[in-house]
Amino acid sequence: MASTDTTSKDAGDLAGLEAGLDALETVQTTRTPLRQTLTQKILPPVVAVALVLTVWQSLITFRIVDDPTKLPAPADVWHVLEKAWLQGELLGYIWTSVSRGLLGFCLALVIATPLGLLLARVKLIRAAIGPILSGLQSLPSVAWVPPAVIWLGLNNQMMYAVILLGAVPSIANGLLSGVDQVPPLFQRAGRTLGATGLKATWHITLPAALPGYVAGLKQGWAFSWRSLMAAEIIASFPDLGVGLGQLLENGRNASDMAMVFEAILLILTVGIAVDLLIFSPLERRVLRTRGLLVKS
Amino acid sequence: MATTLAKAADGTQSATHAARVEHVSKSFAGPAGRQLVLDDISLDVAPGEFVTLLGASGCGKSTLLNLVAGLDRPTAGAITTDGRPALMFQEHALFPWLTAGKNIELALKLRGTPKNERRERAEQLLELVRLKGAHGKRVHELSGGMRQRVALARALAQESRLLLMDEPFAALDAITRDVLHDELTRIWRETGLSVLFVTHNVREAVRLAQRVVLLSSRPGRIARQWTVDIPHPRRIEDTAVAELSVEITEQLRGEIRRHGQH
Repeated sequence: MASTDTTSKDAGDLAGLEAGLDALETVQTTRTPLRQTLTQKILPPVVAVALVLTVWQSLITFRIVDDPTKLPAPADVWHVLEKAWLQGELLGYIWTSVSRGLLGFCLALVIATPLGLLLARVKLIRAAIGPILSGLQSLPSVAWVPPAVIWLGLNNQMMYAVILLGAVPSIANGLLSGVDQVPPLFQRAGRTLGATGLKATWHITLPAALPGYVAGLKQGWAFSWRSLMAAEIIASFPDLGVGLGQLLENGRNASDMAMVFEAILLILTVGIAVDLLIFSPLERRVLRTRGLLVKS
Repeated sequence: MATTLAKAADGTQSATHAARVEHVSKSFAGPAGRQLVLDDISLDVAPGEFVTLLGASGCGKSTLLNLVAGLDRPTAGAITTDGRPALMFQEHALFPWLTAGKNIELALKLRGTPKNERRERAEQLLELVRLKGAHGKRVHELSGGMRQRVALARALAQESRLLLMDEPFAALDAITRDVLHDELTRIWRETGLSVLFVTHNVREAVRLAQRVVLLSSRPGRIARQWTVDIPHPRRIEDTAVAELSVEITEQLRGEIRRHGQH
C-alpha cells in the first residue's frame, strides 16, 4: 500500500486528468441563431407560398382561365374571407370544426392508449386484432360516413364515431411500434434496478416508447381532421351548425367557387396550425431531450 | 459519503460470501440440439473481494454473469447472492429520457429510498464518481467515459454488496479506460464492495483484480485461477502486471488452440 502522500497526489492527478478528458470529449450544444432559423426554416415556405399565389394570379391576369365559376381570383377569395370575418362568422366556422376535431381526438386518445398497451403486452390480443388495426389505417375514413349516418343519424355522435374510427388505429399502432422499439437493454437494466411488472411499464416501457407514441399522436390528429372533414362534407345538415366542411359543401351548392376556395384554405390552415402549434413542438421536445434531434 | 457505503458493506461481514456459485451448468437450445455453455462451475466471491472472469469469446462469461444477476436461471446447480446484485453493462444503459441525476434517483426510488433523501444521495454518488454538477445533464451531452461513470453511480445507488460488471469499459478509448480503471479501484477500496468483473482483456483483469479466474471455452469451465497480490496503485505498464499478463495470456492461448485441433 502506498503512503497517504502519494495516494492523495495520485488522486489529485487522476481528478485533473479526468476533468481534462471530460472537457475534451463533451460536445457543446448551442441553439441555432435566429438569423439562421429565419433564412433556413421560415423563408423557404414563405417563398413557396408566394410563388403559388403568383402563378394563381397570373392565370387570372393573363386570362388563361377566364371563368370565375372554375377559378376565382385570389382577391375574390380574400373578399369572401374578409366578409366572413366582418360578419363575425369566420371564427364560428373554425371553432365548430376545431372543437369537434379536438374533442374527437381526445376521445380517440383515451381509447387508443390502453388499447395500444394491451396489444403490446398480450400476445393473443395482438395476434387477433393487430393485423385488423393496421389494415384499418389504410382504409379511408370517409368510408365510415355512410354506415355511421345510418347507425347514429345526422348528429355530432356520428362525427365523433368517424373521427374515432380514423384516429384510434393510428394512435394505437404508434404506441405499439413505440413499445416494440424499446431496446431490450433498457428492460434488462430496469430489471436489475428492481423495476418489474407495472413498475417496469411505468418507469421504463412507457417513457422509452414516447417517441413512437408522439409520432402516432401526430398522425392521429391528421386522421382525425381528415375524417371530420369527410363527415362534415358528406353529412351536412343545417341543425349541426356550420363547420368548415359544411362551408365547403354550401359553397358547392351555391356554385360559389370563392367560398369553396375559402373553405379549402381554412381547412388546410387549421390542420397545419394545430400540428405546428401542438404536435410538432411536443415531438421536438421529446426528441431533443433524448438527443435524437440531429441538427443538419 | 464513503462511510455510509462502507457501513452497508460492513453489514455483510456476517455473510461468508457475496456470491456463491455451486456446480452450475447452463445449456441453450441451439441448431445442433442442446448446447452446453457452462459446465459445472463453482466459484465463491468473498465479501469485499475483486474477482475478474477472463475468457475468450464463447466461454460463457457473460452468461455466468447474467445467472448471478438473476436475469436467467441455471440448468443445474445453485447460485446464492447476498441480496440483489447491481449490474453494469458494456453499453451504459442509461435512460435517455432522464437526466444523469434522475437516472440515479430512479434507482434510489426503486430500492425504496424516501423521496426527500434522493436528490442529496444522487449528488453524493455523482461526487463519488467525480461528476459533481452533472445532475441536470442529459445522457447525450456526456462523453462515453462520463456515461459509464454515471452508470457506475446508478449501480452504486442500489447499495448492493455485490457489483457485477460485464465488460463495462470495452467500448471506451484506451486513455479513458485507463482512467476508469483507477476510478473503479479507488471506489472499490473506499466502499468495500465485492466486484465480479467480466472481461476478455488480460491486462485489464490483472490490473484490477485480487483474483483472476480463467474460463475455457465451449463449454465454459474454470481452467485456472491466479491470486494477484501486486500492491495498489497499479499501472497497466507495471512490470509485475505485464509479467503475470504474459503468463495468463499463454494459458489463454493454449485454451483457444485446443479448439483448432479438432
